[in-house]
Amino acid sequence: MIRWLIGAIGVAALATSAVASEPVEIAIGYLGRASVSQTLSPVEQPAADDGPAGARLAIEDNNTTGKFLNQHFNLMERRLKDGEDVAAAVNELAAKTGFILADLPADALLKAADALRGRDAILLNVGATDDRLREQDCRGNVVHVAPTRSMLADALAQYLVWKQWKRWLLVVGSHDNDKLYADALRRAAARFGGKIVEERTFEDTGGARRTDSGVTLIQRQMPVFTQKAPAYDVLVAADESEVFASYLPYRTWDPRPVAGSAGLKPTSWDPAQDQWGATQLQNRFVKLASRHMSALDMQAWTGVRMIGEAASRTNSGDAKTLLNFLKGPNFSIAAFKGTRLTLRDWNLQLRQPILLSDGRMIVSVSPQEGFLHQVSELDTLGVDRPETKCKLQ
Amino acid sequence: MRIGKMMRTISLRPAAPCAALWLATASPGWAFIAYVSNEKGNTVTVIDTDSWTVTKTIKVGQRPRGIEFTRDGKLVMVAVGDDDTIQVIDTAKQEVVDTLPSGPDPELFTQDAAGKTLYVANENDNTVTVIDLEKRARIGDVQVGVEPEGMTISPDGKILICTSETTNMAHFIDTGTRQIVANVLVDARPRFAEFKRDQSELWVSSEIGGTVSIIDPAKHEVTGKINFAIPGLRNEAIQPVGIGMTKDGKTAFVALGPANRVAVVDGTSHQVKKYLLVGQRVWHMAFTPDEKYLLVTNGVSNDVSVIDVAAEKVIKTIQVGELPWGITIAKP
Repeated sequence: MIRWLIGAIGVAALATSAVASEPVEIAIGYLGRASVSQTLSPVEQPAADDGPAGARLAIEDNNTTGKFLNQHFNLMERRLKDGEDVAAAVNELAAKTGFILADLPADALLKAADALRGRDAILLNVGATDDRLREQDCRGNVVHVAPTRSMLADALAQYLVWKQWKRWLLVVGSHDNDKLYADALRRAAARFGGKIVEERTFEDTGGARRTDSGVTLIQRQMPVFTQKAPAYDVLVAADESEVFASYLPYRTWDPRPVAGSAGLKPTSWDPAQDQWGATQLQNRFVKLASRHMSALDMQAWTGVRMIGEAASRTNSGDAKTLLNFLKGPNFSIAAFKGTRLTLRDWNLQLRQPILLSDGRMIVSVSPQEGFLHQVSELDTLGVDRPETKCKLQ
Repeated sequence: MRIGKMMRTISLRPAAPCAALWLATASPGWAFIAYVSNEKGNTVTVIDTDSWTVTKTIKVGQRPRGIEFTRDGKLVMVAVGDDDTIQVIDTAKQEVVDTLPSGPDPELFTQDAAGKTLYVANENDNTVTVIDLEKRARIGDVQVGVEPEGMTISPDGKILICTSETTNMAHFIDTGTRQIVANVLVDARPRFAEFKRDQSELWVSSEIGGTVSIIDPAKHEVTGKINFAIPGLRNEAIQPVGIGMTKDGKTAFVALGPANRVAVVDGTSHQVKKYLLVGQRVWHMAFTPDEKYLLVTNGVSNDVSVIDVAAEKVIKTIQVGELPWGITIAKP
């Protein structure tokens, strides 16, 4: 099934750019989720090609390198339709490639992973931040490029504690994902010395995201919702469902900063990131996609680059060879975050610094100075080896 | 335009008539002059290596990084990446007098032994731009890997090396044909390349990989790797960038970025002899022409450390502009 990948391996190793033989063709699949939810802020609404555009840029980058190694990469994009069977869709892609980037909700991702069991194929999870996918529900054929909620929460907590904003008013949305993010934030507070002085739930009572007369009402609602809180330093919001968090900055009863799902947000990427040579990547992306590069774009870029890196290091297009390299001790990838990114061998999660962005600038990058670790300071973010519930199989 | 023309006549004359000009401007003694590019400050700091004092701060364009004297010592070229050009500083006037057509976002560059041809790494469009220094004209491009950065020319002048940061290769380019003749894979984010003077070895630093690859330039093969380990410092903080090698090839110095140290490496055995504590985030370096001193730029602490080469000791720190990056030294 992947025989066509193997082709002309081994010819013309690293010698010259003028190679006569056909290049080794390496296909990479991209399986996207059916629907994209609406954001409160119109400027944060994901583009139609959010994710795939990052993958396309990495294909271009891989091909620039590939021309010196006689390797050629191509991307097969597939977006699920509403109600479509994810197992069938992923098998369809796996008939053509051993590498599939997946931007899927947790349950769908697990279905896809289980459908691929026994094949020389892996999923690179670029979209789901659920910790359980790396813990009790971990799979040996899923590499996680996206950070977890606990990594994001820990990154934020380290900064807030460094800033001496230790008293948090936690506001949690009423949807499951909001509660999971709140779990991660509570865990982070306990780990790093934050104190949640009170917790409030913001019920989603439905209704439109935007209304002609809405702002007046929001301006009255948010101060009332946040009044009579015990003394606190920062309001931390868990609202992945985009129901209320973006309404909070500048509207809290007490004049306090907002962090979490609005205000200061932990993220794997931001268009404002320009350290460590990132400007070049951002420029390439804007040129290709005519828009800014999102976190999902970066996660997809990184996933495709990981395969490209494995292909150039092993000088191979063979799925099994590349998978072994990715999971092996010699794998690392540069992704404009100031340090090399490696995989946690116990659950195949990519270690990575997390950016803290206010939407316009990078405020800081975690891990923060002083949070030490015996193996890698990046392992101060998220669930560490001694705590893991993952048994890879 | 008029200034540009005048510059050309001064700068590119053969060596002999220049001597007179040197005498006219030279300060007493054997002091050298160092030019340091300050990436954030948009300035170039001028240091007198006799008194170790800053004698002048020159305003330049946006984001100055790569910096080098022309072969005749009359001009200093500085890549101002955010202005998409290379500016030319007249060392007598100590001000910017001209620009070169470098292509977008130039970072590092190198010139041939005669000082006639300049090769510039353009990070934004995966090319090396070739510039005729005499005509101040762009005369060619070479397509390389993603994000070209480190540039150097072999001592015999026949091979240009360009490292590409995301492709992770050292590209060997024939300077005659301007064709790539070999590509050597190295560790992640290669940033700087340096030949031994006898051309027996090419050293390439990999910032994210944390190593220096030793390459056999004839065979185009990595023959060894230098690893660094500093007690009490996490591995990820060791990020090799600038490399300086003595003319005899016996001692090399490697800047280790956020490790805040310069490694002293035996040029023959490739063993690390010691680590010298310098300022924060050490980037690049340059020897005084007599090789008595090595000056290194410390990006975060805004200073330059002076290393006594024979003693292998840091002897002085000089405050410069905001976020110093590149450095070049010559006779004034």
